[in-house]
Amino acid sequence: MPVDIDIAKVAKLARLELSAEELERYGAQLGDILEHAERVQALPTEGVPPTSHPLPMTNAFRSDEVTGSLDRDDVLAAAPDADGPYFRVPKILGEEVEGDNG
Amino acid sequence: MTDEARVDWEAVIGIETHVELQTASKMFCGCPVSFGAPPNTTVCPVCLGLPGALPVPNEAAIEGILRIGAAFGCELVSYSEFHRKNYFYPDLPKNYQISQYDLPLCVNGSVEIETDESSSTIGITRVHMEEDTGKSLHVGEGGRIADADHSLLDFNRSGVPLVEIVSEPDIRSAAEARAYGSEIQRIVRSLGVSDARLEEGSMRFDANISVRRRGDEEFGTRTEVKNVNSLRSLQGAIAFEIERQVRVLEGGGSVVQETRHWNEATGVTASMRSKEESEDYRYFQEPDLVPLEVDDAWRERIVASLPELPSARRSRYRALGLDMINAGLLVDDAALGSLFDDAVAAGADPAATANRLTGEVVAYTRREGVGVSETALTADHLVELGTMVTEGDLSATAAKDVLAGVLAGEGMPRAVAEQRDLLQISDLGVIEAAVESVLAEHAEAVERMQGGDMKPVGFLVGQVMRATGGKADPKAVSELIRSRASSET
Ligand SMILES: [Zn+2]
Repeated sequence: MPVDIDIAKVAKLARLELSAEELERYGAQLGDILEHAERVQALPTEGVPPTSHPLPMTNAFRSDEVTGSLDRDDVLAAAPDADGPYFRVPKILGEEVEGDNG
Repeated sequence: MTDEARVDWEAVIGIETHVELQTASKMFCGCPVSFGAPPNTTVCPVCLGLPGALPVPNEAAIEGILRIGAAFGCELVSYSEFHRKNYFYPDLPKNYQISQYDLPLCVNGSVEIETDESSSTIGITRVHMEEDTGKSLHVGEGGRIADADHSLLDFNRSGVPLVEIVSEPDIRSAAEARAYGSEIQRIVRSLGVSDARLEEGSMRFDANISVRRRGDEEFGTRTEVKNVNSLRSLQGAIAFEIERQVRVLEGGGSVVQETRHWNEATGVTASMRSKEESEDYRYFQEPDLVPLEVDDAWRERIVASLPELPSARRSRYRALGLDMINAGLLVDDAALGSLFDDAVAAGADPAATANRLTGEVVAYTRREGVGVSETALTADHLVELGTMVTEGDLSATAAKDVLAGVLAGEGMPRAVAEQRDLLQISDLGVIEAAVESVLAEHAEAVERMQGGDMKPVGFLVGQVMRATGGKADPKAVSELIRSRASSET
């Protein structure tokens, strides 16, 4: 049973720029995965508790202790761009506040 | 015009409150949580989202959120999970925020609020655990000049434990919203899990606002207001937004569902144009984290660990006869409140002690820029001072001077009073002599009193007080003068 999927929207949400040919190829592959999920979903699971995690484990915590941080020079050296003590990134578009006073 | 002035419209408001927990280390890594550290010095592979890094939850943060939930009377659920909330923004290095979706740790609580006009119960839908993002600095901020098409990023805040408290849409006015915000702040502070400072961003509000015709069941279209960083702006932004929506609707228009930005300087909200598609966070279970389970023993331990909450303290103070303002001041300042509690437990009069604490003591601490616990003042001081006044050793005025001396570290009240020569004259003979000599100097006033005109009494008392250097008991002086006037008729 084919599953309907808006691959262009998925790509856009994931910030992936795909060509028409890639959209078709990945769309088909993702469709296959979803079809597989549909088949699994059809299995009788009454009385089977849902499993969200494969590990039979809960409450894996750490105690509230400071264990240290990285050296800033090393961190910034690994970044594509830096400015003084900061990472430098292209400004996000579409954030301007409109001059609308209601 | 205030929001309340629009009698035929009703506002429906829900508030999301974010609170940073002041744990020693971050939510999922061992970097320190420290406000004001130099940029990008409290970062590691986990909170920078470097490939392969794995998060491990901080147990103290989980304790903190459970205590917050318990303080609202929430159900602390037995099974809970972390989810990934996926979106793209430069201050979010992993491209997802670890948060909680359909299985938050705390659900179904409430909080009581009071305004000048009303008191009401606001439902708490849920309280969930997440992590804070980094901070973007735009052009001109931080004393740096970045060019117009770039931002600077500081990831120190990335991964700081963040609790989100979501209210039901039960709030009906801007004043109620402010009361709600300040009560949440008080509760969080009383738990000691966060300093909840709006100006530093450790507490932040987003408000969802809609209006409807009074009597309507259905909600109107809502807008969300962000960037609210004081209680005053919370009230201002909501009042503005209610007015704006009513004006739009009365003008035959319709409210657009959107996010609006509160501009503190201009006092208006404005639309935030967003190129983002409709919000689609594609939540899914965080595969790097196992589920959380809260059993009865843990739940009971959390509930037992709660301090006396602000609302309970406020009612206790009101029951002791304190007015709203004094009760509020003692609740808001934990050190002041506990000093009050200790003094009253040791026998001090509640009303007089509260007045001293919220009056002279608060004035002193504000002037000196210190907390009350940094002054020399103790409960013993307050008890002795109160006793000296009720037993007539100190006038009300002299008591203020003595308190000033105590605050300045001059010692116990009696010693300060002796040192500063402020003890009232207890020898009645001395007072009588002073009254006699003042009456002898003001024969005309005495005549008026004998004629039944008691107006000069105040003046004469003042003269005696002056003659005794303020150390006579004005009540005793007044009585003496009155009895002299009547005995001579
Ligand atoms: Zn870290």
